[in-house]
Amino acid sequence: MTHKNSNWDLSPAPESTGHISLNDHYGVFIDGEFRTPDHGNRFQSINPATGEVLAEITESSSQDVDRAVAAARAAYAGEWSKMGGRERGKYLYRLARMLQEKSREFAVIESLDGGKPIRESRDVDVPLAAAHLFYYAGWADKLSYAFPNRNPQPIGVAGQIIPWNFPLLMAAWKIAPALATGNTVVLKPAETTSLTALKLAELIQEAGFPPGVVNVVTGHGDVGAAIVKHEDVDKVAFTGSTEVGKLIQKSIAGTNKRCTLELGGKAANIVFDDAAIDQAVEGIVNGIYFNQGHVCCAGSRLFVQESIHDQLIEKLKHRMGTLIVGDPMDKNTDVGAINSREQLATIEQYIEVGKQEGAEFYQAECQLPDAGFWCRPTLFTDVAQSNRIAQEEIFGPVLAVQTFRTVAEVIKKANNTPYGLSAGVWTDKGSKIFNMTAQMKAGVVWANTYNLFDPTSPFGGFKESGFGREGGLHGLSAYLDI
Amino acid sequence: MNQSQIARVFKSPVIDQVGVVERAKRFTTRSIKSEAKMQGLEMVLSMIDLTTLEGMDTEGKVKQLCYKAQHLHDSIDGLPTVAAICVYPNFVGLAKRCLAGSGINVASVATAFPSGNSSLEIKLADVSMAVSEGADEIDMVISRGRFHRGEYNFVFDEIAAVKAACGEARLKTILETGELGSLDKVRLASDIAIAAGADFIKTSTGKIQPAATMPVTLVMLEAIRDHFQKTGLMVGMKPAGGISKSKLALHYLIMVKETLGDAWLDPKWFRFGASSLANDVLMQIEKQRTGAYQAANYFAID
Repeated sequence: MTHKNSNWDLSPAPESTGHISLNDHYGVFIDGEFRTPDHGNRFQSINPATGEVLAEITESSSQDVDRAVAAARAAYAGEWSKMGGRERGKYLYRLARMLQEKSREFAVIESLDGGKPIRESRDVDVPLAAAHLFYYAGWADKLSYAFPNRNPQPIGVAGQIIPWNFPLLMAAWKIAPALATGNTVVLKPAETTSLTALKLAELIQEAGFPPGVVNVVTGHGDVGAAIVKHEDVDKVAFTGSTEVGKLIQKSIAGTNKRCTLELGGKAANIVFDDAAIDQAVEGIVNGIYFNQGHVCCAGSRLFVQESIHDQLIEKLKHRMGTLIVGDPMDKNTDVGAINSREQLATIEQYIEVGKQEGAEFYQAECQLPDAGFWCRPTLFTDVAQSNRIAQEEIFGPVLAVQTFRTVAEVIKKANNTPYGLSAGVWTDKGSKIFNMTAQMKAGVVWANTYNLFDPTSPFGGFKESGFGREGGLHGLSAYLDI
Repeated sequence: MNQSQIARVFKSPVIDQVGVVERAKRFTTRSIKSEAKMQGLEMVLSMIDLTTLEGMDTEGKVKQLCYKAQHLHDSIDGLPTVAAICVYPNFVGLAKRCLAGSGINVASVATAFPSGNSSLEIKLADVSMAVSEGADEIDMVISRGRFHRGEYNFVFDEIAAVKAACGEARLKTILETGELGSLDKVRLASDIAIAAGADFIKTSTGKIQPAATMPVTLVMLEAIRDHFQKTGLMVGMKPAGGISKSKLALHYLIMVKETLGDAWLDPKWFRFGASSLANDVLMQIEKQRTGAYQAANYFAID
């Protein structure tokens, strides 16, 4: 009875990294082979949690892009677009199964390269990537059922440019519908997180895909620009910042290239006074601190009905205190490393802006590692719609909290943004949910949950959050002439 | 207390079942290794209410249980003892004598356990008997039938009356969550019990399935946390029934730590009602100490 336990702290529980295989350097993946270009330009991919160099990545030239597009064109004109849907589906199923088999390796590399907690890459990124491959594999031979009497046809070569926040998952989101519908692909991963896309290319090679069906070129923004501007690219799919999305729109103006853009967001997460408050707190945490807030649909604007504001903030602070921030490879880590030095600088700048604007600043107390890039889960209360931290996308673990009084008021404020990617509504009343979802200008509205994804559900934005949908039946039509 | 006061006290927050299940599952992804595991296992042992509540309980059985409580596994030095043994009222006197000087409490179920279907008079007599025999803790059951009829004030008054009859003994109030039907009702019953003066709230009698689950326990812990934030007063928690493995018990402790904080990681505020959990914990402690699992036959069953 007298056994007294003062503090019970978890011991380190690191995921082992001994089982992964990474090369010292990677070439580009073109026409079914990894090729090291003669120019020999490379850059380093580092582990943002330690600063350690993981591998050297090729900085592709415009000639490399030309070769990749030519390979994709040849594969498209060759067997891929003519192949029966059932055969294409088999390749995708095989890739999905192989990804599942190697899920541990992919999860570890994703966390090493991107800084996200192993719990997330293991439980979310990799399984969801495989789920997307499985889902679209199933559609490959059913396109005429998906679009009856429309004779759906592939478009051609798709140039796909993906961001650094969900590197493997975004690759799967992009590749799966494109291949299922009979297109071929030139994919460019983000410069800070190329590794899992290159590992996926290894799997594609191992799965025996016809050469050129998927090509991966690595590098910085100008490589992406070369893909977008390439005259033999028929379709551009981009996920990233609104700023770059606008540049892409400009550069393809006057061409007949098809385009889908999935851009930034500043989602409203709305908690009514009749909500299940403890579960709402959990949803707020998932909404903004999941993946260090590097999520385009992050619930970065919290609207709390004023009558429960103080109680909710107290509960939120308590919950923030239980988040474990640190080594992404530790199985108990909840919040990992910021993806890059540049992104950390951006986030820190916004935190300064928030303080200068007079918002009430709060950070969870936690010990941060010495090396690497880190940001404590951050909360600003007493925020107004006119504050910059409530208007601009921070893309970090920074939550801006505003209060509201009525349903009409919160709908107005939630829609009062150039973005419209996602939103959250927390209430115990079903009728209120339907009223809200009908009026929110957002591509996804989550009710009593947040950041929940499923391959069957379309995802995409309103306004400056982009256009086109990924996932579900909608995701197929973006890659078809119908 | 007049009607409007009662209405205020008993307005419980709503619970979203999907969210609770998701949160509860998250605790089970915590990885508890080396130092933390050993410390956690010893903590689990110290929080066990070693229980026998059978129609066929005998003096012999209770004596054996009391011996086990004091000698969990003598080949390991420095093990904590369990927190209490839990028996029917007619065995309280015997248990007190067997455990004299050990520091181990005697808990007794009472109030027409497990159904609670009797008059208040008889329930109070049941409690008084256990208390007069020396019970340190009383585990009462709430009147679930009355609760389902919406007679919350009756349930409240009954708990308050039992609390008064407990005297110095600490009162654990069993909600029998397996009979309540929803997490909203679990939360409401928790709030009623806490408001009526329960020192502990407890999930189950062990006679109804499902007994303790992590989602149900989480909802009860949140009720305790809200009460603490409002009043600064601590209330204890006892999940009972269905927790027989160390790993699950450790996940419960993680849930307590992250929901209520380290202050509750103490037998004074958290208990496991279990009969077979202790041996599994001992087996894991031996594994941590020696690196090898020993067969179940090396751990005494009482």
